[in-house]
Amino acid sequence: MAAIEAEKLVRTYKQTSGFLRRRTRTIEAVRGIDFEVSEGELFGLLGPNGAGKTTTIKMLVTLLIPSAGTARVLGHDVVRDAQSVRKQIGYVFGGDRGAYERLSGLDNLRYFSELYGVPPKVQKRRIPELLELVGLTGRERERVEGYSRGMRQRLHIARGLLHDPPVIVLDEPTIGLDPVGARELRHTIAELARAGKTVLLTTHYMYEADALCDRIAVIAKGEIVATGTPADLKNAVADRTVIEIEAYGAPEHAIQRLRDAPGVTSVAVEDREHAQLLLVQAPQGSVLTQQLLGHLDGVRVGRVTAREPTLEDAYVSLVTEN
Amino acid sequence: MRIARLLAVCWWFQLKQMTKAGLFVFTSIIEPLIFATLAYYLFKAGHRPGTLLYAALSAGLMGIWTSTLFGSGGAINFQRWQGVLEPLVASPPPYALILFPQTLAAASIGLYSLASTLLWGRVIFGIPLHFAHPVAFAISIVVTIVSLGVLGLVMGASFILYREANALSNMLEFPVWIVTGVIVPLSLLPGWIHPLSWILAPTWGYRAIHNAALGGNPWPGIGIALGLAAVYFFIGQAVVGAFERRARERATLSLV
Repeated sequence: MAAIEAEKLVRTYKQTSGFLRRRTRTIEAVRGIDFEVSEGELFGLLGPNGAGKTTTIKMLVTLLIPSAGTARVLGHDVVRDAQSVRKQIGYVFGGDRGAYERLSGLDNLRYFSELYGVPPKVQKRRIPELLELVGLTGRERERVEGYSRGMRQRLHIARGLLHDPPVIVLDEPTIGLDPVGARELRHTIAELARAGKTVLLTTHYMYEADALCDRIAVIAKGEIVATGTPADLKNAVADRTVIEIEAYGAPEHAIQRLRDAPGVTSVAVEDREHAQLLLVQAPQGSVLTQQLLGHLDGVRVGRVTAREPTLEDAYVSLVTEN
Repeated sequence: MRIARLLAVCWWFQLKQMTKAGLFVFTSIIEPLIFATLAYYLFKAGHRPGTLLYAALSAGLMGIWTSTLFGSGGAINFQRWQGVLEPLVASPPPYALILFPQTLAAASIGLYSLASTLLWGRVIFGIPLHFAHPVAFAISIVVTIVSLGVLGLVMGASFILYREANALSNMLEFPVWIVTGVIVPLSLLPGWIHPLSWILAPTWGYRAIHNAALGGNPWPGIGIALGLAAVYFFIGQAVVGAFERRARERATLSLV
């Protein structure tokens, strides 16, 4: 049995505007997605902001009711059997909100232990273990309002593990963390997977998904555009080359000319401190650098290099080409 | 047993959480003191010194209602702003069992109001604190707090669904003071208001408190307040359950 199953899952939102003449607009956040996560698997849901990752997660953890389709966690339907799903899932989300600020980290953990029905004797053992696991030992009696963002994030992880759930859902857990904090958190997530937990992780950091996940589903505009292991996704762009062009003040119409150039499959733009890095993907040997530079006529260009595609390029290609 | 423990521990947690909000506690003390002072001078001007304890008690009870009203709904919006509403709803117990200890804690904070008005009356105005039935007085206070807590549960349901339900709190403060008879005795109100008063559990709780303190039989009031509280709880948990489902359909649990 799959630990998590989503079948033709749809979620729409209604937005109303206007005062006298109310207008309702329907926004499709998730458009009929299907995926399965096996027991003990670390599965990544990868996509840009607004792709539908968090909406999908919220349907799985029973915070949103799907507009259509079904989802099950360990065989329990997320709508009909929400209480059973809640017992089986540990839900951790990113950001610095999500705890009672005026109380200590320890108080927060005790409170949620009660909500999850953790017996008092087990709490006495479990809470110190989790504080140790997330590196908050010694700081647990301080008010959460004095915690750094990283500490709050680690507190969320501890809270999600209080009832020792078989399925853990992590929604962008490293967002806003400093590099050291993010690396430590990734280490903790890897440990959970090694301990046999089923982990569903959403992120928009490709290297994070690459380092942690057994399989990845790439989601864009509410649809899953690719599923596979990190190696599968890399192979999908193995026959391409990536030309990196350092440009200074390239206008949007020049970038659009590049996108429309024959042989170019995708163009991504990364803003650097004083320059833009244009990442142009094209089939190997199909495009000459000189032709590309011709489309940037009048734009000051710095370093130009060609290289093999990485997993991040595969992701960019999937998201932009769909 | 498990539910009793859940309610007790969550009530204690919420009480601890609310008492750390110094301003909330401060306002729940100051406002009733102002009412108590005004009532004292009004009663004194009317040359009815025997009703001074009634005035002090009523001012305290007004404070308990205010604390329940703003604490119950405010707590849900506070949870929404702090981002804890979603983890609470995503936890296994029905949300009504999580919300009730919270509204009960808000009503319990109102005890500060009652204690401060009685102390204020004793120390500043020399009102003697002689209670006719001290044990029944204590019981009637507990029952009134519980009945207010369940009323807060019923009202709190609207805050799950509507982020702007504060308007409802602002609207309900004064009418409930009037209808439950803490400002003027019910006998002075028009007859058509009486049925409304009778279905409000705090009316009977307040009546029990006044009777226990000033003389009279407090037990019918205690019994009716408890019975109505049980009915409210039944209605409240059903409404909270329905509104929670609706909020999950309409995506109003979070701020964004």
